[in-house]
Amino acid sequence: MSDELIRLSAAALGAKIAAGEVSSVEATRAHLDRIAAVDGAVHAFLHVEGERAIETAAEIDRQRAAGAALGPLAGVPIAIKDVLVTKGMPSTSGSRILEGWIPPYDATPVTKVREAGMIPLGKTNMDEFAMGSSTEHSAYGPTHNPWDLDRIPGGSGGGSAASVAAFEAPLALGSDTGGSIRQPAHVTGTVGVKPTYGAVSRYGSIALASSLDQIGPVTRNVLDAALLHDVIAGHDPLDSTSIPETWPSMAEAVRRADVSGLRIGVIKELDGEGFQAGVRQRFHEALELLEQQGAEIVEVSAPHFEYAIAAYYLILPAEASSNLAKFDSVRFGLRASLDGGGTVEQVMSATREAGFGPEVKRRIILGTYALSAGYYDAYYGSAQKVRTLVQRDFDAAFAGVDVLASPTAPTTAFKFGEKLADPVSMYLNDIATIPANLAGVPGISVPAGLAPEDGLPVGIQFLAPAREDARLYNVGGALEQLLEARWGGPLLAQAPDLSVHELTATEEGAL
Amino acid sequence: MARAELMDFDKALELFEPVIGLEVHVELNTATKMFSSAPNPANSQFHDAAPNTLTTPVCLGLPGSLPVVNGEAVKYSISLGLALGCSIAPSSRFARKNYFYPDLAKNYQISQYDEPIAFDGEVEVELENGRTFTVPIERAHMEEDAGKLTHVGGSTGRIQGAEYSLVDYNRAGVPLVEIVTRPIFGGEADTPALARAYVSTIRDIVLSLGISEARMERGNLRCDANVSLRPRGQEKLGTRTETKNVNSMRSVERAVRYEIQRQAAILAGGGTITQETRHWHEDTGATSAGRPKSDADDYRYFPEPDLLPVVPSNELIDTLRAALPEPPAVRRRRLKGDWGFTDLEFQDVANSGLLIELEATVKAGATPAAARKWWTGEIARLANAADRDASGLVSPEHVAELSKLVDAGTLTDRLARQVLEGVIAGEGSPQQVIDARGLAVVSDDGALIAAIDEALASQPDVLAKIRDGKVQAAGAVIGAVMKAMQGKADAARVRELVLERAGQGA
Repeated sequence: MSDELIRLSAAALGAKIAAGEVSSVEATRAHLDRIAAVDGAVHAFLHVEGERAIETAAEIDRQRAAGAALGPLAGVPIAIKDVLVTKGMPSTSGSRILEGWIPPYDATPVTKVREAGMIPLGKTNMDEFAMGSSTEHSAYGPTHNPWDLDRIPGGSGGGSAASVAAFEAPLALGSDTGGSIRQPAHVTGTVGVKPTYGAVSRYGSIALASSLDQIGPVTRNVLDAALLHDVIAGHDPLDSTSIPETWPSMAEAVRRADVSGLRIGVIKELDGEGFQAGVRQRFHEALELLEQQGAEIVEVSAPHFEYAIAAYYLILPAEASSNLAKFDSVRFGLRASLDGGGTVEQVMSATREAGFGPEVKRRIILGTYALSAGYYDAYYGSAQKVRTLVQRDFDAAFAGVDVLASPTAPTTAFKFGEKLADPVSMYLNDIATIPANLAGVPGISVPAGLAPEDGLPVGIQFLAPAREDARLYNVGGALEQLLEARWGGPLLAQAPDLSVHELTATEEGAL
Repeated sequence: MARAELMDFDKALELFEPVIGLEVHVELNTATKMFSSAPNPANSQFHDAAPNTLTTPVCLGLPGSLPVVNGEAVKYSISLGLALGCSIAPSSRFARKNYFYPDLAKNYQISQYDEPIAFDGEVEVELENGRTFTVPIERAHMEEDAGKLTHVGGSTGRIQGAEYSLVDYNRAGVPLVEIVTRPIFGGEADTPALARAYVSTIRDIVLSLGISEARMERGNLRCDANVSLRPRGQEKLGTRTETKNVNSMRSVERAVRYEIQRQAAILAGGGTITQETRHWHEDTGATSAGRPKSDADDYRYFPEPDLLPVVPSNELIDTLRAALPEPPAVRRRRLKGDWGFTDLEFQDVANSGLLIELEATVKAGATPAAARKWWTGEIARLANAADRDASGLVSPEHVAELSKLVDAGTLTDRLARQVLEGVIAGEGSPQQVIDARGLAVVSDDGALIAAIDEALASQPDVLAKIRDGKVQAAGAVIGAVMKAMQGKADAARVRELVLERAGQGA
């Protein structure tokens, strides 16, 4: 029973709870049991709610028994990336500097999932302050890819993706600044969506780069992502960059799932050198399937994408250097103690030295440099110009096609430590995902299969014009149907059985 | 701290031309803060809040919090920009000014940098000696205030040497408009007075707009004074110092004067001026060196990505323009004409900063002469004795009521002063004080005549003198009657009745 419950989609689980076939308490307990069984090996969670989640679930069950009108995801458990602040729950953003801090308020997306009756299970692991593509930069140790525990689960949101792929949660919230939702989806065989910039409130999301950050769904299928998207999107007066207009239903777009006549542009610059053969193979097979269903595939060029990473690694550190200045020990979080007390400057400095990891320090220094007088125009200024050019590339491309497509990332999951010593090769993981953040357009990563050479998951990315998020759900939903028909079920059904590792973990623990 | 050598002011002016630039920070009195829904301590409703009670996650810079621009503060800023004769930017932007300081919750201040909301204006300023001056305004921009540090232990009250410091984030995020002048030339010997008159004019403007409490002692209005000297005949400007947070009108004048004398002494002795911020010390009347400041201070400004540009509609600007009160200089000319005051009388009122109170008192029904007499006389005396602002002591409506009661003969001047004390003591309106204390003039002639007859009977020699035509002798009787009536009689009426009873009346 328990194993059946954790393998249900969020939509199916929600329907069973609504029909009274299963209670939210049972569903929540099944997931907590699963976390207890496999998270020792996966390490997707930094904090698990435990009995408090059961209490929340019991309250939803009571409301339902009292006849309250509840939404489709009411009673369904959810994992929350630790970048989002949660009232009464630790929120570290993967950093030592926030260890033990309990926020006094909920991020708006968290408020929305609570209002939708969903049950927060806990907080998921991530690269420190969302800086990374592997979770190896988490101050609390890496998360392991459920497909191969020796490999990275992607990043920064590796915890959210792995929790979903390991059936520890039906769905999760993530954040995407340069691919932190989509790239983990790609390497874990899950679905990840970065909505249009401004679609989901950033209020309560611990800022990495304010002009790039966006909160979005992390799920096992496209419909679940759409249902969660419908819950969290919408105007928030607490976020000035939040879009005031209302949105069409993304779930409706998935159910429509019709690609006939859809024009799909393949980005020439993201389909060649540097991309693993199996990644490209699955990408083109997916496109062929869509073509067979009446979609039109055309090649488009985005000539400035090659400068996107360089621009991104100036804009992001610049904003981050300022956003992370508040971590100074004065009001919250870690405070280094010095012999003799020390001046406030000394305490601030020692706290930041002790509390930030090397990647965070690297980017703060980069960003501080890029904003310095005399360098601003050459670095930050030039990067903003490139950003405009990337936006123009998108405008030009979308003049001729409805959506754009590319592999989500160049390779399948790499092994721990493989890229740790070479930051630039780590940064290149996000080559296909970064342009969407620079332009503020939405993107989705959907499983495209397993790469023949290593048997690891591969994702396909679709991008749409700003505010046309529904197009992603339409094409993603259609492709998912076609591929699952070919595979005879979800890709994750082919993932290794983690109970083997559970056994190993227990045996190791017993020694 | 060794006291700096000062040059005689007149001598300094002989050798050097003073050039000043003034930065005035105005705390707006909106109900909530610049970027959050927290109550604004610069609004009179929230003056007395306990430390750290007027805060939200935004004011504390908590992780995840985001600023949202207060639309009301933008309107106030536009009105102020228009009143300063500035152009209003069709689009202006906030930037982050990055520096670490414990009173700055985010370790950056959100401020307007290269795109201020208002720019290129001028303000007409009238000095106490009647000279008028046009001060050029470079810009007025919106920003947020920082929190307040209290340094405990140590002798200076400054961060250096303190044992520990307390931070109150109530003030963090209070809406500010910073008004920056262009360099002001030509003030010459009037330069210190000009600085004072400029700040006073800014105060008049923000008060007439109703956008700030404008109490310098509370920090609602703060002035940083940049002063430099250049030798007579030299084109190039001298090195400037910036004296921070001078918090009274009088101090503005004194601080500028002091800096002119200090810098002159250094320059004349062959020394050079260090570009630095300086602190004004009210007690010693001197400035002391603060932080070295150079134009290369690197705040790493960049556009605030959490906020959209401020794009006010033309309709909004037009509406705010139409609602502007008249400029202080125009208003002064009008009031002086309306009230029929002499130059001296008007200057007396203007220099006391009581124009607003006087105007309201006249509007409430007092004659201009009576209003002036009350405000610059008894009320100013009581305020001085209590070490308070005259403006906050009593309402113009109550002063007008008092004045009307005197005109109607209900109160004598002496009784009116007693009533005023009662009003100031919070005993209610003048009429309520009269009723409660039984202070009205006895207007019943019967009671007065009885008292007069008694007094005349007890002083027969006086009666004889009056009858002999020595009318001034009546004073002794009047005094006795007033005493018997406990002052609650109209002395003129008593005099009439005394003469009448003595047989010398009409």
